[in-house]
Amino acid sequence: MARSQSASTDATDGREDPILSVRDLQTVFYTDDETIRAVDSVSFDVGRGETVGIVGESGSGKSVTARSIMGLIESPGKVLPESSISFDGQELTDLSEKQYQSIRGSGIGMVFQDPQQSLNPVYTVGNQIRESLAVNRDITGEEATEEATRLLRAVGIPDAKRRLDEYPHEFSGGMRQRAVIAMMLACDPDFLICDEPTTALDVTIQAQILDLLKELQEERGLSILFITHDMGVIADIADRVNVMYAGQIVEKAPVEELFGNPHHPYTRALLRSIPGEHSRADGLETIEGQVPTPNEPADHCRFAPRCPKAFDDCEEVPPQHVAVGDAEDHTAACLLYPDDLSETARVEKHVEIANESTEEHS
Amino acid sequence: MSNAVEQSAPAEESEVLVEVEGLKKYYGGDGMFADPPVKAVDGVSFEIERGETVGLVGESGCGKSTLGRTMLALENATEGSIRYDGTDITTLSGKDLKEWRKNAQMVFQDPESSLNDRMTVGEIIREPLDAHDWKTMNDRRERVLDLLSAVGLPDKHYFRYPHQFSGGQRQRIGIARALALEPDFLVLDEPVSALDVSVQAKIIKLLEDLQEEFNLTYLLIAHDLSVVRYISDRVAVMYLGKIMEMGEAEELFTDASNPYTQSLLSAIPEPDPTKTSRRITLSGTPPSPSDAPAGCNLSTRCPAKIKPESYADLDEDLWEGIERFREVVRERARIALSTGDRVRRQFDRFDRFDDIEESRADTFDGIEVPERVDEEIQTAVEMVKRGRPTEAQEHLYEEFASVCDDEPPEMYEVSASGRYSYCHRHSDEYEDVDPVLTRRADSD
Repeated sequence: MARSQSASTDATDGREDPILSVRDLQTVFYTDDETIRAVDSVSFDVGRGETVGIVGESGSGKSVTARSIMGLIESPGKVLPESSISFDGQELTDLSEKQYQSIRGSGIGMVFQDPQQSLNPVYTVGNQIRESLAVNRDITGEEATEEATRLLRAVGIPDAKRRLDEYPHEFSGGMRQRAVIAMMLACDPDFLICDEPTTALDVTIQAQILDLLKELQEERGLSILFITHDMGVIADIADRVNVMYAGQIVEKAPVEELFGNPHHPYTRALLRSIPGEHSRADGLETIEGQVPTPNEPADHCRFAPRCPKAFDDCEEVPPQHVAVGDAEDHTAACLLYPDDLSETARVEKHVEIANESTEEHS
Repeated sequence: MSNAVEQSAPAEESEVLVEVEGLKKYYGGDGMFADPPVKAVDGVSFEIERGETVGLVGESGCGKSTLGRTMLALENATEGSIRYDGTDITTLSGKDLKEWRKNAQMVFQDPESSLNDRMTVGEIIREPLDAHDWKTMNDRRERVLDLLSAVGLPDKHYFRYPHQFSGGQRQRIGIARALALEPDFLVLDEPVSALDVSVQAKIIKLLEDLQEEFNLTYLLIAHDLSVVRYISDRVAVMYLGKIMEMGEAEELFTDASNPYTQSLLSAIPEPDPTKTSRRITLSGTPPSPSDAPAGCNLSTRCPAKIKPESYADLDEDLWEGIERFREVVRERARIALSTGDRVRRQFDRFDRFDDIEESRADTFDGIEVPERVDEEIQTAVEMVKRGRPTEAQEHLYEEFASVCDDEPPEMYEVSASGRYSYCHRHSDEYEDVDPVLTRRADSD
């Protein structure tokens, strides 16, 4: 209980002045015959020193969200002009490629799923960290080697000095991910985006990397946006969680609230389809149908065709985030809520909120 | 009941279908000057009963996939036997082997790469029937349609190509193909690990239904422990080519005995943020399977390792420091020296390893090192600096090695249900695993 209280007060402190604030983020991909709305009106904040999770199945748009923040969306993809990404008070969507480069260098670091991708196989690990130090922090020569050793040590690589002279292939998978994190730290970022950083690793190594991230966060006051498909990992590391489905956030809540008191039918179904402690006799719940490709405008609930509780209006009205549950920052985008109103009143409320937000834009 | 002729299996309710004994699979290592072999599977014995699901878990590189492939005769066993319904399949070849293959099939992990993109779904599922010249062409077509409906795909998919399907559907096609020849035994190699949870749940359900319908026996290889727990009757935990613990699934997950199983289970992040379970973090990474420790396989990482008698009173932090330092020296011993380095070493001019001092300072930073330990460490450091890390490794071994480093542990039965585990701590001579783990966790 003590933990939850301190976590939630920290979170509110941080969120009065969030380090990252994403509003109405829309990232689309144009193909010959359709427009894929990979990220469709996503809004969330990351407070200082806080870990915010984005969880969802493949194709839900969680990685595209991360790449949009990093300015890594390339043609035929596009971040639409209504979107706003504000990092430390600075609007990122207006930046030129060159200005973005300096943000990536010193403000935001990103750790990808496959450490092999982020390391160059023909340079030693030490060279790559030193390069990062030289480019981003103007540290060169003997001093750079010292700093690189210190960084490798900080991420828990034993015999760090010798390891500097080794090539990525001489590192094991977990060590490689540690080296990538060291490279990120070389830029001295305030904010780290981790896109499935432990998915390619074994559980025992995953546990090591999660512990490392928590340690680094505490030592350096890092803020982390953590993206994963694994509910267990999210429960372990995040303070607050956003659940994504087909390009939209369907539910957001503090982590304990989300797992203890999920409201959106999708979140509930997702949690019940994990083969956890419940035995074979209870059976596994499955979600009928498949994740749709978000190629139509969001004028309806995208989960409706698979939702056991869907009613007629779900196909007509786009659900908006409304407060649910006991925690104040727990919201779900579903026409079933707020559940103290009648069905017609609920639908009206959602229509009202939707109209308000479109007026704001025009 | 076809080819079990020589041995008449005991007609009990629980009938053994597959019996693996002393199975080894080594790669390389032939010839006088070859490097030591990679011991992917190193002496594994267990049984699978008819209709049972046995889960096989372990980290990547522990040899679980190799074991699965060897059990289907897709790899030649180096040593040991695999008796399937009484027949030792390691002795089969040619026609007999092909005939036997009808009994046992495999479902692969990656539904993207295990289906031929140039063949229609119908052709893919029919291929095993064609290969074994099964009945007539018309019968085969009928059979494929039956299989499609068995795995929950509509008939019209017969003429489609794999790229038109999602991951979950492709896995269904792979399962239909594996079932084509009516096998009794299926090796499922990570069948759901490439799939999303909601899709994964459907495939698990399908596998369960099929097992019931066709009385199938499964060997389920997976690294996702929650899937294994859910679907398996019994579970074997593998590490570095050996089985560490095996027993009833539920019991093994709630009351594991082996320190490795305990660490592995405690590392699974649970989808419940309120749970603050004790996590036993294994240090470092598994050693290479070509250079396995002489004693217990886990001895380089074990959280409950037995200390040598003369150092039994050492402080936990110091003991951990020593183990870490040994790891550093072991790593150095694996670096191949150039000819120049060897010459320099001969003339006492070797300095490439002088930075070992720094690693030592790091490792023992903030730990009080008593003199008698410090002396031994100093001797080892000098050896490494002279370019003789192997000698240093041996020196440290002689000084700090315990029974865990020396002897492979025996098999101990650890529960009434017949669960067994390999660990020196199960013998009466040493303190059992649990109190040690609790104490060491508390001292952190």
